[in-house]
Amino acid sequence: MSKKMHIKLNVNGKDEEFLAEPRELLIHTLRERLNITGPHIGCETSHCGACTVSINGKSVKSCTMFAAQANGAQITTIEGIGGTDNLHPLQEAFKEHHGLQCGFCTSGMITRATKLLEEIPNPTEEEIRFGMAGNICRCTGYQNIVKSIQAAAAEMNAAKEAAE
Amino acid sequence: MKDDITREERVDNLKGMGCSRKRVEDARFTQGKGNYVDDVKLDGMLFGDFVRSPYAHARITNIDTAAALEVPGVLAVLTAADLEPLGLHWMPTLAGDKQMVLADGKVLFQGQEVAFVVAEDRYAAADGIELVEVEYEELPVIVDPFEALNSDVVLREDLVAEDGSIPDGAHGPRKHPNHIFTWDAGDKEPTEEVIANAEIVAEETMYYHRTHPCPLETCGCVASMDKVNGKLTLWGTFQAPHAIRTVVSLISGIEEHNIRVISPDIGGGFGNKVGAYPGYVCSVVASIVTGKPVKWIEDRMDNLMTTAFARDYHMTGKISATPEGKITGLHCHVTADHGGFDACADPTKFPAGFMNICTGSYDIPTAYLEVDGVYTNKAPGGVSYRCSFRVTEAVYFIERMIEVLAIKLNMDAAELRRINFIKKEQFPYTAALGWEYDSGDYHTAWDKALKTVDYDGLRAEQAQRVVDFKAGKTRKLMGIGLSFFTEIVGAGPVKNCDILGLGMFDSCEIRIHPTGSAIARLGTISQGQGHATTFAQILASEIGLPADSITIEEGDTDTAPYGLGTYGSRSTPVAGAATAMAGRKIRTKAQMIAAYLLEVHDNDVEFDVDRFVVKGASEKFKTMKEIAFAAYNQAIPGLEPGLEAVSYYDPPNMTYPFGAYVCVMDIDVDTGVPEIRRFYALDDCGTRINPMIIEGQVHGGLTEALAVALGQEIAYDDMGNCKTGTLMDFFLPTAWEVPNYETDFTVTPSPHHPIGAKGVGESPHVGGVPCFSNAVQDAFRPFGNIHTNMPHDHWRIWKTANELGLHG
Repeated sequence: MSKKMHIKLNVNGKDEEFLAEPRELLIHTLRERLNITGPHIGCETSHCGACTVSINGKSVKSCTMFAAQANGAQITTIEGIGGTDNLHPLQEAFKEHHGLQCGFCTSGMITRATKLLEEIPNPTEEEIRFGMAGNICRCTGYQNIVKSIQAAAAEMNAAKEAAE
Repeated sequence: MKDDITREERVDNLKGMGCSRKRVEDARFTQGKGNYVDDVKLDGMLFGDFVRSPYAHARITNIDTAAALEVPGVLAVLTAADLEPLGLHWMPTLAGDKQMVLADGKVLFQGQEVAFVVAEDRYAAADGIELVEVEYEELPVIVDPFEALNSDVVLREDLVAEDGSIPDGAHGPRKHPNHIFTWDAGDKEPTEEVIANAEIVAEETMYYHRTHPCPLETCGCVASMDKVNGKLTLWGTFQAPHAIRTVVSLISGIEEHNIRVISPDIGGGFGNKVGAYPGYVCSVVASIVTGKPVKWIEDRMDNLMTTAFARDYHMTGKISATPEGKITGLHCHVTADHGGFDACADPTKFPAGFMNICTGSYDIPTAYLEVDGVYTNKAPGGVSYRCSFRVTEAVYFIERMIEVLAIKLNMDAAELRRINFIKKEQFPYTAALGWEYDSGDYHTAWDKALKTVDYDGLRAEQAQRVVDFKAGKTRKLMGIGLSFFTEIVGAGPVKNCDILGLGMFDSCEIRIHPTGSAIARLGTISQGQGHATTFAQILASEIGLPADSITIEEGDTDTAPYGLGTYGSRSTPVAGAATAMAGRKIRTKAQMIAAYLLEVHDNDVEFDVDRFVVKGASEKFKTMKEIAFAAYNQAIPGLEPGLEAVSYYDPPNMTYPFGAYVCVMDIDVDTGVPEIRRFYALDDCGTRINPMIIEGQVHGGLTEALAVALGQEIAYDDMGNCKTGTLMDFFLPTAWEVPNYETDFTVTPSPHHPIGAKGVGESPHVGGVPCFSNAVQDAFRPFGNIHTNMPHDHWRIWKTANELGLHG
């Protein structure tokens, strides 16, 4: 039990400010303190990726990062990626191509995929498989996840071209 | 009344059986709005967690909780001594044994639950756990079941009488203190005689290693005892919520109507979430003691080390044949390692599950199976990991024995299968070990598979590869893995299948609303299979209302009809049948309403897609939507108002899905790395409800098969330390290791199922494991390999290559 720290975060565009023990893990801050339950806890050792969020533009596994380490950061979770009225193309594509089954990995999977498509807007299958290898799915065998990401990339690139 | 759309359009509008309807579950999951048990948050909720044993076998001489209770935020520490007055320090297992809820004087496996710390949050609970002082006195550890049967070390003193005699267990006589049961099937002497006199006999010993279902979400629950009205609500990751309600009632004494069990969204199950675990009992007790809701969620290490391992079968087989390859007999002995308690999740009368499906897809005239269950210092469990009860073990056994026999006969393994398949005209077929296979057309499926992959071409390529390898032109071998499997799923007929005395029927209740939409509730619970999508499709076709207008609800025992839950591919065979039957009851009443509205006799109207039409005058009709409204606003003579139905379905038989799989693999003999070039999977699951979902199930099941065959295991050292307690050590394939799969199908409907469906979720796992393993073994066949044990990880493959002298 050590002294609590003063932590400021911006999560999905909203400023949050609170006192927390230095040992508080970011995933618990999100899920229990802020009631943002999209990111899930699957392994607590950075292997499965169910807890993936974006921190200052990078994919991060929030189960092995202290909230204090994220002090001052901009954080995006699945809840900040799109909702019913403004679904992200990845969310549409995962639905369309059966890219999920139990749904437990899906938040982390889609959150990671948003960054993958920022890093590589038109990825090959190999690049998708490599770029998503930090996120484990136990249900789908990945084939339809790959398909979903390919479809979303095509959709996003077409939209970008149309806008230009 | 005129219709402006075609009949075909009316069919399409229903989104009924056979179409790839998009999943209704996905909107919430893609937006992070699922509701899993760890998302349940109640006012004043506490968090419970376990002090676990670091030893695999030890006596506990003292537990001191004083320091832990001083930790700010820690409210209580439960030990066996606290549970004993309630009679809850032990609990019954599904296998007829009993299991310690909290260590009662000793521990039998590493990670066993010793004390339960209840705190205001998980950090305080963890602090408390650190300060619980447990004094252990180490005992000799046994991790090998063969050693257990020859040892003087008694693991379960509670199962030995005071005079040293060994009382019978739940499944009959026991021959050693560490022995649990002997179970057999088939004809012993005739089989031994056939094998003794056979010209050709192949023998093999194989170990199907211990592994774990490892769903991405671990097990957990939230127990909330409302002392004001005496009601207990239990949210949890339960694959069988009604059975859990009954079990909780029986062991706690709380009347069943005062218990509400809710399975919210479940993050994968694969068998892990069938059993009852100490965490559930402790959470309930802690909630009663503290008067507050208590949450318990496993971490990954708890999950892998303590709840529900799978497999761990040591199998010895003998298979006899004529010189032409016609199989004449099969003998199988299994030494089954059940760990410290027998907590296998099987129907009561089947302590080795349906291992007696081990004659596979072949017409084997005589067979005998004997299984010995054994206690060791390993975690209890023995669940069916993505398979019906022990069917993966059975299919692996026979599909390896076929390959070993093919080597003995110097025969092509595909041809050996073909000449021994049960023929189409032999169905229904009673196998030597007792099961009646309902239907099948194996030759058609096999021929289609071999033709699609150009089997002969593959063999020619493989032969050339061997030549090239021997000439030093390549360091890669090529393996062709074959498997043909028959599953036995959909447990099951109440007459021979029950769990804790509860018959394994299932149920569906339908309410049609006045405006022509509906809600249907089932006794099963989806863990990713997409029930809300597919059961609505069954109903849409049966009752003629669009699937989009039908809500499917499962998992709340206060609202759903009693059912035995989802595992063993039983949802579609059993609850799916109940759904169709309940739909037909709706239709029967709708027919009477339609006849009344159309002013004709009941027999003069017939069902057509989404309506009843007057026979011979299809322009005269009433749609199901119109009929639904009439059910609530017309006073129809002789009929009660409303339109509801319920069906409890007791299946007359199991269903027998089958399939033909081929895997083509390149193996680098210097690194031991296998590369899957091609995987073709043909599945026959009878009538297909949603092809998109079937394909998804096949992809997933194959990937879990790849994991098990190529690296995934729960391993122990000699001290009983679990060496694979995190995802660093326990292999879960990522997108990088997994190939693309080709899927295909034939359709042989089940003759006894109302819609002919057989279930598919587990087939790819059952057929996939031997297929991957056979591919590895086949690559080494030209160099003298007969059998090597799974998991075929890189190191073991390298070792095989080395032992066969392939490293020069």
